[in-house]
Amino acid sequence: MTLDATDRRIVEALQGGLPLVPAPYAKVASELAIPEGELTKRLQAMKDSGVIRRIAAAPNHYKLGMTANGMTVWDVQDDRLAELGAQIGALPFVTHCYERPRALPDWPYNLFAMVHGSSKDEVEEKRQQIVTLLGDALRGCDTLYSTRILKKTGLRLRKKGD
Amino acid sequence: MSELDQLDRDLINRLQDDLSLDHHPFKVLAKEFGITEEEVLTRIRQLRADGVLTRFGPFFDAHAMGGDFCLCAMAIPEEDFETVLTKVNARPEVAHNYERTHRLNMWFVLACETPEAIGQVAEAIEQDTGYKVLQFPKLQEFYIGFRVAA
Repeated sequence: MTLDATDRRIVEALQGGLPLVPAPYAKVASELAIPEGELTKRLQAMKDSGVIRRIAAAPNHYKLGMTANGMTVWDVQDDRLAELGAQIGALPFVTHCYERPRALPDWPYNLFAMVHGSSKDEVEEKRQQIVTLLGDALRGCDTLYSTRILKKTGLRLRKKGD
Repeated sequence: MSELDQLDRDLINRLQDDLSLDHHPFKVLAKEFGITEEEVLTRIRQLRADGVLTRFGPFFDAHAMGGDFCLCAMAIPEEDFETVLTKVNARPEVAHNYERTHRLNMWFVLACETPEAIGQVAEAIEQDTGYKVLQFPKLQEFYIGFRVAA
């Protein structure tokens, strides 16, 4: 989907978040000087095309007691990756699962799976399930725990002319 | 920060699903929970103020807008970490950034409006900081079950 000038103004107005007021779309529409119906119609079109994945909350894992956030990374035999990646992505405790390129020699891993838990023991226990699942296709692995959120703002459009 | 009660937790779970485009979207939620619209809003504002929710609003997909995302990593020595962090975070394309336990200790996501911009921004960060930026674009996505149970 190509965004026109009005769409871009909408994205810019909403990238910091939705106003927490009873009629948030009316408020944003009035700031943009367009009718609320036009705003919601355009938002619906962005949802339909996937530009907006959802209008929702982003929780802070730490504050919810999920203090152990492990980015588990795996060097999986290439010809088994599609099949095994799909199985790992389907595990209930895996929140994101991607194939990514290796960066040799710095980085031999081609599969990333995020595993969250209330303790490192819990993440480790879940990680073992992935080890078992990968079996003899597993050539190496590591777990990178996040120790600090350094930034979390989501997408920011640059203002035109920047 | 105030202790989360069960209603907060249920609300956090529900708020990770899509909010309606209704004129009074929070009233729709209030009905589901059997509380007032004002209480829904008060609780969300409190959760935002306490940092339990880092954001509430549309999740934009740069890829669907013709742009792109890329996970990047850098190996920064401890003594340079804060200096490099300031430079990296100053870029609007850096959507989020985590410190992690590894030689590659800074992991961030670039969200750009064009696929070409990813490489340009990564290169600019390298020139600005003097450290290599490894790029890990996603080649294949195996389901995103993004929700966190509160």
